[in-house]
Amino acid sequence: MNESSVLKVNSLTVGYTRKPVLWGIDFEIPQGKIVGIVGPNGAGKSTLLKSVMGVIPITNGSVKIFDQSLDEVRKRVSYVPQRESVDWDFPASVFDVVMMGRYGRLGLLNRPRKVDKEVVLDCLEKVGMADFAKRQISQLSGGQQQRVFIARALAQQADFYLLDEPFAGVDAATEETIIQLLRKMSEENKTLIVVHHDLQSVKKYFDWIIMLNVNLVAYGPTETTFTEENIEKTYGGKLTLLSDVRNILANTPYPTKGNK
Amino acid sequence: MQAIIDFFSFSDPNIRYVVLGSMLLAASSAIVGVFIVLKKKALIGDAVSHSVLPGICAAFLFAGNKNIPLMIVGAFISGWLAIIIIDFITHNSKIKKDAAISIILTVFFGLGVVMLTYIQHNGYASQSGLESFIFGNAAALIGNDVIVFSIIAIILVITVIIFFKEFELTAFDEPYAKTLGLPVSRLELLLTTLTVLAVVTGITAVGVVLMAAMLITPAAAARFWSDNIKKIVIISACFGAFSGLAGAFISYMAPAMPTGPWMVVASSCIAFFSFFFAPKRGSVFLWWHKRQHIKITDEENILKIFYQIGEPSGYFEGEYSVSKLMEKRTVNQDRFKLALKRLKSKDLIKRVGENWHLTKNGMKESARIVRLHRLWELYLTKYMQMPAHKVHENAEMIEHILTPELEKELEVQLGFPDRDPHESIIPRFK
Repeated sequence: MNESSVLKVNSLTVGYTRKPVLWGIDFEIPQGKIVGIVGPNGAGKSTLLKSVMGVIPITNGSVKIFDQSLDEVRKRVSYVPQRESVDWDFPASVFDVVMMGRYGRLGLLNRPRKVDKEVVLDCLEKVGMADFAKRQISQLSGGQQQRVFIARALAQQADFYLLDEPFAGVDAATEETIIQLLRKMSEENKTLIVVHHDLQSVKKYFDWIIMLNVNLVAYGPTETTFTEENIEKTYGGKLTLLSDVRNILANTPYPTKGNK
Repeated sequence: MQAIIDFFSFSDPNIRYVVLGSMLLAASSAIVGVFIVLKKKALIGDAVSHSVLPGICAAFLFAGNKNIPLMIVGAFISGWLAIIIIDFITHNSKIKKDAAISIILTVFFGLGVVMLTYIQHNGYASQSGLESFIFGNAAALIGNDVIVFSIIAIILVITVIIFFKEFELTAFDEPYAKTLGLPVSRLELLLTTLTVLAVVTGITAVGVVLMAAMLITPAAAARFWSDNIKKIVIISACFGAFSGLAGAFISYMAPAMPTGPWMVVASSCIAFFSFFFAPKRGSVFLWWHKRQHIKITDEENILKIFYQIGEPSGYFEGEYSVSKLMEKRTVNQDRFKLALKRLKSKDLIKRVGENWHLTKNGMKESARIVRLHRLWELYLTKYMQMPAHKVHENAEMIEHILTPELEKELEVQLGFPDRDPHESIIPRFK
């Protein structure tokens, strides 16, 4: 593979209160692809995104983005958390929330300028929410909330996007809008990683696939990787021995990297 | 009466100090409180305010007298220590956060009370006024103290203004703020520091026990009045300042009254008022809104009657008596007549002698209601697989709440249909 890799994950191990949620993950993602992450509940899909974004500390291993550490390329990376992770009764308008995507670029002390406002309106336009700019976020439907979150990520004008379940609980129209948008972005050579639940649409949506169940089951181009056999390996038979060992580890203190 | 005039003329410099000091400290803590409330950390505010007491007493014991700057430092250290210990316990033991907060709050406050008792029983000559740190006494706000507390209050306000957007973002979505590279844990530290400082400014006037209320109550009340965080901050500051004024006034009128509790009573009254009377969120508004909906439903149902009578002939300008109209629908006669009057004032119907007829606008409006009714019926049969004979009841309800936005969406999804499930024409005007 001669293309430059966007994300390089090396023997990544992550644990919540010492219980490994991800175990020795290795993979690499080329530029300009839409990459899906699938796996059963508790497989560590969201954890993978969060540890790549530095939201939760890594126990072991390394993550390189554009061959650099996250801090060096932060402006080129953008994250869309799960919709349910925030309280939508927060006093803010759609415009306010999308503007938050600009805060990283603005830096401390600076107020949003005209350029920032234009970017925000443009991003709202892209997700089809331009008419809702002044709407209170508490009045949005699930699909609209999701679009707002994506617009906020777009406002960062990044090259690499990580989306946590953007299709969960959204209406068909929103799903269509989002996938069209993602395809357009990948045509512009942006790279996208998407945590996904619905196995039916995997082949339709993703160029590449990461199949995860605590450890990495398989990754690669969807066509060759998303096979019956690998699906069986990912979702089938429980790894009871592994989960037993995890439980022992949970009760055994061991040092974590960059322990906070 | 004279006392009231004395108070509000502010001619006595002491009154000026007390009032200004109380208002400033209450307003600044109310501003910090907005972010504490939005972060759902109200309990932390309570813990901090109780935890500053041992620090104050330690400073007193160390200095041997009431040295305000030293006491602020002492309060600051013990407030801080409490939060660090709470965090430590939460992260390193099986004890959950709420339990950790309760434990630390009571331990620190208990320790403070013990130290206070020790001070009082050891005959420190200058101890007078120290016990007012528990419930506060604005009258003790004099001279240099006021200046010190005011400076802290102003620092608080300025810091919040400077870090406004960062506080806003971390309150809404902290993990996301982290991915943007914002120094989330340092911001958290800063907010905690502001909380401690806010409590410190209030220890003389309000007292440590009730300072938490001055942090939280104005902010919680302000949330009822706006959906815009900037406005909430301003409203909260006003509520705080007003409570400060009220507390200072009452304790001036009745010197035996402690200031802190009265400030809290004042801000609680504001909170209750907000709960009942705030627009959009207050319960009275919600009740009024419901009444309004009933009225509009009555009106729209009458317009529909005109349409129904006119539909077979296609002539919608006919004049009908009240009894003729009421044949079509079983409704309360008084409500019916009131609704007719409202429709008249909206220029939707006109009265000719004893009879009523639709105006041009009324015709449009009646067709709109019927259209919504029939579109919804069609939607139910098409998308919800409901049998045609069951959709009418539901449409009777939904027709009154569909917005123009949703109407457009229905038209698009149904492909601008001509007829409803009962083969009646769906009326449209250009």
